[in-house]
Amino acid sequence: MSDILAVAEHRQGELRDVSREVVTAGAELAGETGGDLHVAVVGGDVETFADALNLEGVDTVHTVAYGEEFNHDVYTQAITQLADALEPAYLVMPNSVNGLDYAPAVATRLDVPLVTDAVGLATEGDTLVGTREMYGGKVETTTEVDADQVAITIRGAEWEPTEAAGDATVEAFDADIDEDAIGSTVTGFEEVAGGDVDISEADLLVSIGRGIEEEENLDLIRELVEALDATLSSSRPIVDAGWLPANRQVGQSGKVVTPDVYIAIGISGAVQHVAGMKGSETIVAINTDPNAPIMDIADYAIHDDLFDVVPALIEQFS
Amino acid sequence: MKVLVPVKEVATVEDEFEIDGTTIDERYLGADLNEWDDYAIEEAVQLEEDGVVDEVVTVTIGNEETEQTIRQALAKGADRAIRVWDDALEDVDLLDVGAKVAILEAVVEAEDPDLVLTGVQSGDDSFGATGVALAEAVGYQWGAVVNQLDLEGETASVHRELEGGIEELTEIDVPAVLTIQTGINEPRYASLRGIRMAQRKELDHQTLADLGVEADAVAGDLRLTAMYEPESESDTTVFEGGADETAAQLADLLREKGVAQ
Repeated sequence: MSDILAVAEHRQGELRDVSREVVTAGAELAGETGGDLHVAVVGGDVETFADALNLEGVDTVHTVAYGEEFNHDVYTQAITQLADALEPAYLVMPNSVNGLDYAPAVATRLDVPLVTDAVGLATEGDTLVGTREMYGGKVETTTEVDADQVAITIRGAEWEPTEAAGDATVEAFDADIDEDAIGSTVTGFEEVAGGDVDISEADLLVSIGRGIEEEENLDLIRELVEALDATLSSSRPIVDAGWLPANRQVGQSGKVVTPDVYIAIGISGAVQHVAGMKGSETIVAINTDPNAPIMDIADYAIHDDLFDVVPALIEQFS
Repeated sequence: MKVLVPVKEVATVEDEFEIDGTTIDERYLGADLNEWDDYAIEEAVQLEEDGVVDEVVTVTIGNEETEQTIRQALAKGADRAIRVWDDALEDVDLLDVGAKVAILEAVVEAEDPDLVLTGVQSGDDSFGATGVALAEAVGYQWGAVVNQLDLEGETASVHRELEGGIEELTEIDVPAVLTIQTGINEPRYASLRGIRMAQRKELDHQTLADLGVEADAVAGDLRLTAMYEPESESDTTVFEGGADETAAQLADLLREKGVAQ
């Protein structure tokens, strides 16, 4: 057992980026183990997806033509059956919202260890060495697992997507889906409130996080936004608290933004937030914590109290 | 209808800290109720206040020191609590998903809840998998990353928060485990009355033997072999000086980039 099984992800007819990333991670592992790389795609227009997944390093694409959109019961059954048939040493799945809706069930059903949210993977003989973050990205850890089979989910955007075409074999896998065991039904999708402002169009974003502490302190930030003629955005906790509407949220579950300048004020830089703003041309971070993860991607930083810096900055533009 | 809420006490880390082997030196560690679980507790308590649910029970895997955090959950409205701890857990440095599920599975079997609500992830080890793995182990339905919940009879109508500002609307058969995302509600602060009442609520300590869980089931498969601070990926220019000086430097930068006048 040294083969790899990577699982693709799609939504509303589109293959998602992470599908090409699980191929890269899978190909790296296959390079180490000397095994084959299998890729599975479940549901939707599997033929079209299989063509797109015929990428460098992939030996076989297995299509499971059942259903249109993601359903965790179908995925769990199909992937478990494929794993039983192929006996891969490693299953590589996305650490996406949908990945987290089936990968833990797959691991449990197969009775194999699970390493989630990996940002690095390597093997040492029969040992899998996974790199994971803990404490909101403050530390990285090395986690080792010895098992015949390990289920893994990988963090998005940590592996380069494989773009080069391959010469994989495409095989239809006849999964035996037990419909009586399907206890969830997707009834639709909704786009989260649009609204008055599209933060993804702004050249200059002033973005606030937990560091502003109180809702009343928004007044000070609004004053800065006005002085700079900027657009106001935020990290998740501000929207969770109801201080700003959902259309202001930058991040994985909010908007992806690419302004000329992104000023992160009191934002620690959780991975989900960084995913939404790391494409900004210039990133400025104002935070008392010099070790905050946001500092890893900031081009410019002020390690100081925002309640001192923001009024001084307003002063500069008055 | 009974709701079980697995609640974790998470380790919090100060801004400046030191690493000692594969852990953070305890001088820099604090403890707190896991943020995501706070929302799960609130959701369960609201269901009880709406008359949909009769009882909210929490379960925590933790030593005696976690009782303060457990009392917080009781003060917020949970009716009673179970704390699972055992000598066999003392030496486990990383309680992985499989180990947690081995324990929680036994608690679910004993309590037989209709609904299990727990946080999407924990703030310290962030596996993000315990809820769904538990559902599979006990034969319940599930939904991950839920940010809206309506419970009607045997069906939970949920919104799952997908990436990119899209929500999936899903109908899930009950009994189910739902993992709760932050922002689904506004967690309450414990009132003084709540805190007083929490002192009188049942907090039952159980060992692995009480639950019928074998000690080797909690050893886990994952070994933490190294911990280190991540390398900074960028060359950051740090503006030095007092607030007036740093603000002036930033103002110059913004003008230079042409985004402010």
